[in-house]
Amino acid sequence: MDEKSKPTGIVLTEEQKRSRRARSIALALALGALVLLFYIVTLVKGPAVLNRPL
Amino acid sequence: MSLVSEGAQLSGPVGAQAVSPRLEPSIAGVGDYFALMKPRVMSLVVFTALVGLVVAPVHVHPVIGFAALVCIAAGAGAAGALNMWYEADIDALMTRTAGRPIPLGRIAPGEALGFGMTLAGFAVLVMGVLVSWVAAALLAFTIFFYAVVYTMWLKRSTPQNIVIGGAAGALPPIIGWAAATGSVGAEPVLLFLIVFVWTPPHFWALSLTCADDYARARVPMLPVVAGPAETRRQILLYSILLAPVGAAPWLLGYAGAVYGVTALVAGALMVAFAWRLRRERDGARAMQLAKQLFAFSIFYLFVLFAVLLVESGLLGRAAA
Repeated sequence: MDEKSKPTGIVLTEEQKRSRRARSIALALALGALVLLFYIVTLVKGPAVLNRPL
Repeated sequence: MSLVSEGAQLSGPVGAQAVSPRLEPSIAGVGDYFALMKPRVMSLVVFTALVGLVVAPVHVHPVIGFAALVCIAAGAGAAGALNMWYEADIDALMTRTAGRPIPLGRIAPGEALGFGMTLAGFAVLVMGVLVSWVAAALLAFTIFFYAVVYTMWLKRSTPQNIVIGGAAGALPPIIGWAAATGSVGAEPVLLFLIVFVWTPPHFWALSLTCADDYARARVPMLPVVAGPAETRRQILLYSILLAPVGAAPWLLGYAGAVYGVTALVAGALMVAFAWRLRRERDGARAMQLAKQLFAFSIFYLFVLFAVLLVESGLLGRAAA
């Protein structure tokens, strides 16, 4: 490999790549669950969604 | 290769002492973040909050109730992560906690701080938007109390740390009740008092078994400051106080006879365990009794809240 084609930034190890992928999937699932939760609660509350006890 | 990940430079002064700043990309896995949230503590928090939610006189839609419990679980996890961020230095010195993700170098202190703050923010906001702003405010206060008042202030400054700090662990039933009703009543305050009075004998029994750890970490837990004998005396006093407080929901007419009998029997057993511990002062037997009391205290709280859940919640609802 010549000098030009050498990576210059941080190069992840296989373990770091695996961990990052697992974290990304977990984050996506958590966000998806949050979206689903908001959707279902909106359906459950119906027109009263803006009427919350204070 | 360093196991410490990026973000270490964001660590607070305490965390920085435990793990020196390095800038390698993170190897933290999902399991490490899960451990950061103290799942065992979280499960007890969710359970006591569920009881507060179910015994409330207002019917809450199961989806809303589920959302409230998710928020409470996330809030408890956030508080746990912030606690581990701040206590990374003493965790590394104690056998019981040396295997946590930050002392192991799997999660950088800065990552834990960011995770805890983000999770706390989400938990409070989602609780407010989906469930109730009163419950959200109580949840925010609980996280603040645990992370700042207990972890950052009391824990390292007074042997009464877990007495006052126990309020944080006692608040979830009130949050559960507030999630259902939008307010706070006398009944959840009784549940608060049960957990509040239960916390000192529970924690001091544990601290008796690892007093050397606390001494090494210079944490002024009662056995370190006042000695094991005084700790055993305090455990007995709090256990004696706990017996009537545990039965209070029945004595004041909020719970039925099954709860009353359970609370009285369990309270008497708790006092008996504490009495035996008080008498046995030295050796392996004393250590064994401390472990027994610690284990029984968990059972005590679980069984009281479980009976309340079945009696006041499920059976009461069926009768109505």
